[in-house]
Amino acid sequence: MSAVAETNSESLLVVNNIEVIYDHVILVLKGVSLEVMEGGVVALLGANGAGKSTTLKAISNLLGAERGDVTKGTITFKGEDVHSLTPNELVRRGVIQVMEGRHCFEHLTVEENLLTGAYTRKDGRKGISDDLELVYQYFPRLKERRTSQAGYTSGGEQQMLAVGRALMARPTVILLDEPSMGLAPQLVEEIFEIVKRLNEAEGVTFLLAEQNTTMALRYANYGYILENGRVVMDGEASALAENEDVKEFYLGVSGEGRRSFRNVKAYRRRKRWLS
Amino acid sequence: MAFDIFLLEVIISGLMTGVMYALVALGFVLIFKASGIFNFAQGVMALFAALALYDFLAEDGWFFAVFGFTLPVWLAIPATGLIMVVLAWVIERTVLRFMVKQNEIILFMATIGLAFVLEGLGDILFGSDVKPLDIGIPQGASDWLLDNFNLYIEQLEIFAAGTAAVLVVVLAIFFQRTRIGRALRAVADDHQAALSVGVSLDKIWVIVWSVSGIVALVAGIMWGSKSGVQFSLSLIALKALPVLILGGFTSVPGAIVGGLIIGVGEKLAEVYIGPMVGGAIENWFAYMLALAFLLFRPQGLFGERIIERV
Repeated sequence: MSAVAETNSESLLVVNNIEVIYDHVILVLKGVSLEVMEGGVVALLGANGAGKSTTLKAISNLLGAERGDVTKGTITFKGEDVHSLTPNELVRRGVIQVMEGRHCFEHLTVEENLLTGAYTRKDGRKGISDDLELVYQYFPRLKERRTSQAGYTSGGEQQMLAVGRALMARPTVILLDEPSMGLAPQLVEEIFEIVKRLNEAEGVTFLLAEQNTTMALRYANYGYILENGRVVMDGEASALAENEDVKEFYLGVSGEGRRSFRNVKAYRRRKRWLS
Repeated sequence: MAFDIFLLEVIISGLMTGVMYALVALGFVLIFKASGIFNFAQGVMALFAALALYDFLAEDGWFFAVFGFTLPVWLAIPATGLIMVVLAWVIERTVLRFMVKQNEIILFMATIGLAFVLEGLGDILFGSDVKPLDIGIPQGASDWLLDNFNLYIEQLEIFAAGTAAVLVVVLAIFFQRTRIGRALRAVADDHQAALSVGVSLDKIWVIVWSVSGIVALVAGIMWGSKSGVQFSLSLIALKALPVLILGGFTSVPGAIVGGLIIGVGEKLAEVYIGPMVGGAIENWFAYMLALAFLLFRPQGLFGERIIERV
């Protein structure tokens, strides 16, 4: 099991042993710890229901709207405890989440969607319109569709819009939940390329939850693997990509040749027990 | 020729009544747009506003009893507006805050409860007798129209129409052009997403209830001036329902046009079809029209298209 992340001087976001309970009874996270370095791209991997989204929502505190509660552990951002802040305050401080399934404002135009991202900003029109241009530079497709209602744009465009909207808040870290969901492989790659460019050129830190392990490990520099609300493995992305167990369970390739799927469940259970 | 004048009068008076309906419907639209709640208490809010306004103006009110003087109209209206804002804040703190995560039907039930509480409060504070509200809107028919065009139209109704027009323009600018207005529309589309970009829902709800409280005040003033401030005022909320179905629950222009159609429609029906069926069509015509609309165009005339990507 992973050790509690050590607090490092450069770490931007530290989640320490948090437990999340929904509806006062359903225990979803059972002690998740992770650490995001300033300027890093960190991947949070795992199957459906492993607790990836919940971890992100615990950080951005969108849990509150879903009757979820962080009952144990701490979350610190830039060294300050942030776990009781509202999403509004978190966005002001530079933590913003792009939710799973895009969640664009359907009846607002593309441009209005982007402007809504700047809701918490107080630095005046000039700064906001500059950033609008910047977002259009990264996502030229959004510029073409600036006046159409977001509800009528394609899935890929909506994902771009969701990321662009988050950018408008001038965030330090973007919590990106499942950007590849329901998108064609080529589009997934396009989105990840933009994430990389944003990370390198604009210095935005990313914590992304992904089921597409191959893609995520290619673009991230560190990864955590969640299973049943626990971190079961973590390491440099390149090391994870080379790890035999990860290869087998998440990347669908195994060094030991083909194996019958009939035994896979029992085998997995045994493996997990050993890890 | 005389017949045409009569028809014109019927239509115009229908339009004016329609404007009055529209004023009430507007308040519904605002809250529904921003929170998906059908605010059953909207009619009572109009009543409450009118009662409070009367209290500031009249010598038999609380205000006079406590301070020994009454407020002039130009001060009493903003003061009542302030009361509506405070009311919105109190409602958010005591009711909505605890309901945010609940189902819409539960919120609807909460507003029904709110309607009863407000009505009771109004009764306890201000008494249940009919109060004449006079804020200086000229009464009676417009002499100018009567002399020049031989038309009989109430000045109050012209005044109400003008006020409604101004109100709609102001609201449209607010919703389309301002940061808060945009945030309101964003919240209407997707609560969670709005939350995720840092829109604070508590604040938005206070704002939207305040705005609709002020719209309720305008409606209360108009209806109060027309027929006195009385508790049956809260029932005009029921007339707003078909207006909303016609115009669409989410559209400000829809509320206006819907109101006008209902107003004109029921007057025309009363005059031309009424005698055939023994009258009183005015009471149910609006609902029949709404029913027809539900069958053929459920989102209303101006309702937001239900976006479905296939």
